[in-house]
Amino acid sequence: MLLHDIAHARTGDKGNLVTISLIAYRAEDFALLDREVTAERVAAHFRELIEGPVERYRVPHLGALNFVLRRPVANTVTRSLLLDTHGKCLGSALLAMEVRG
Amino acid sequence: MKTVRIGAGAGYSGDRIEPAVELAEKGGLDYLVFECLAERTIALAQKARMRDPLAGYDPLLEERMEAVLGVCARRGICIVSNMGAANPAAAAEKAREIAQRMGLRGLRIATVSGDDVIEPLRSGVVAAQPLEGPLPPVERWLSANAYLGVAPILDALATGANVILTGRVADPALFLAPLIHEFGWNLEDWDLLGQGTVVGHLLECAGQLTGGYFADPGRKDVPGLAYLGFPLAEVGADGSAVFSKVEGSGGLLNRATCTEQLLYEIQDPAAYYTPDVIADFSQVSIEEAGRDRVRVTGAAGRMRPATLKVSIGYHDGFFGEGQISYAGPNALARAELAREILAERLFCAGFADLHFDFIGLNSIHGPRLSLQGAVPYEVRLRAAGRAESHAAAARLVREVEALYTNGPAGGGGASGSTKEMIAIASALVPRSCVLPRVEILES
Repeated sequence: MLLHDIAHARTGDKGNLVTISLIAYRAEDFALLDREVTAERVAAHFRELIEGPVERYRVPHLGALNFVLRRPVANTVTRSLLLDTHGKCLGSALLAMEVRG
Repeated sequence: MKTVRIGAGAGYSGDRIEPAVELAEKGGLDYLVFECLAERTIALAQKARMRDPLAGYDPLLEERMEAVLGVCARRGICIVSNMGAANPAAAAEKAREIAQRMGLRGLRIATVSGDDVIEPLRSGVVAAQPLEGPLPPVERWLSANAYLGVAPILDALATGANVILTGRVADPALFLAPLIHEFGWNLEDWDLLGQGTVVGHLLECAGQLTGGYFADPGRKDVPGLAYLGFPLAEVGADGSAVFSKVEGSGGLLNRATCTEQLLYEIQDPAAYYTPDVIADFSQVSIEEAGRDRVRVTGAAGRMRPATLKVSIGYHDGFFGEGQISYAGPNALARAELAREILAERLFCAGFADLHFDFIGLNSIHGPRLSLQGAVPYEVRLRAAGRAESHAAAARLVREVEALYTNGPAGGGGASGSTKEMIAIASALVPRSCVLPRVEILES
């Protein structure tokens, strides 16, 4: 299944960082997110768009994971030549990730 | 038990105005806060001020003040905003002029300034410690502003100000200061400041708490987005807060919208750095307390950091962008041919930094993540480049337009634009080199 089936996400940006929260619709699905959506998998999912490792923070009582991604300096919000300069659409790309239910 | 009602009138400089009027008229507010200063906005404002000493504040200040000053004065609602941008004094003068035009006498308008630290940094009197890589050469700098905390806003509130206009302050401080002022919170009660900071953090993007930036049809439906209501918080002396919006306004306020906004632009939820406190949101509890009512408690905090963050805006060349569409059979092949022509000509023209997209196919996440489905009926080629001169950026736009008569068959709808690129670098400075000031005008 896609993450989109069980979770929602919001993307923010700060300097060259992009933050993506991933939140389970149902509390019981948090364990699946926690197991499947590792920092390494997220880094691989976005590999050509980011630099370096992804940081992952857990907020289990809200059913949420929070990811911090680092964009290459050339692609930060104020310098980017990309159409989505902020990276606002990255959270939607995360929801396209396949996970084993 | 005393509570304070504080509303969010804007989440960014260009935000809708009528939700703020709705909150002022029907929200039973004590405070109406407008957060309007994104990272780059102040550098643009500084440029405007260099051209005209009476400019450099928020472009919508006049329209917003005309819309809310009357109702706020009648109802005793205090307005707090960073719409002063690079020129709080001129913003206050404009607000006074509007108040007088509206026949509002005796309104006290306070300005908070002192965030501008470009002179001591440029001259080297104060050393800035870079946060992300080396700082750009000083001759490219346009602005350098420290993120002030609650202290000068508290001074302004103590004068009985009705309107407070600041330059750069930390966004949550715009909301935290009125709470400290009303409840007399100790400035070293880190847990209370942490809870006040979560109130500010949840409100500062306005509609993003009440269903904006949230809807995903079929999965997350939001009613009435055309008339989205902005949020307000009813806060108690212990910092606990109930968030709501005006009855009958559009949007949605629930656990899911609050959880998304709680983590928005946050790195470690246990360590959110502000000038006033290092807030800890990791144990925050979000409970639904009725339709479009949510109770938020449980934030904590640790001692504030020793340094203040400074945002440096600097000139970073010129940006040129052009687009042209191809449609019908073989549209993508013709768009690809157009891209090859542009790449060859612009490479010869000395463009080093170039980027091409096919809008509708791969323009957001690149070729790997984009779905490899059928080629769409129409494709729009986008070329973007960065150049050292405006003339070079304009050349890119001309080259795209010239594809009409010199490029593949059937190119249509060419468009283009150029702009100066203003980039942001961040650094830390000692608190002692930043000296906030408060001044009062009266209508």
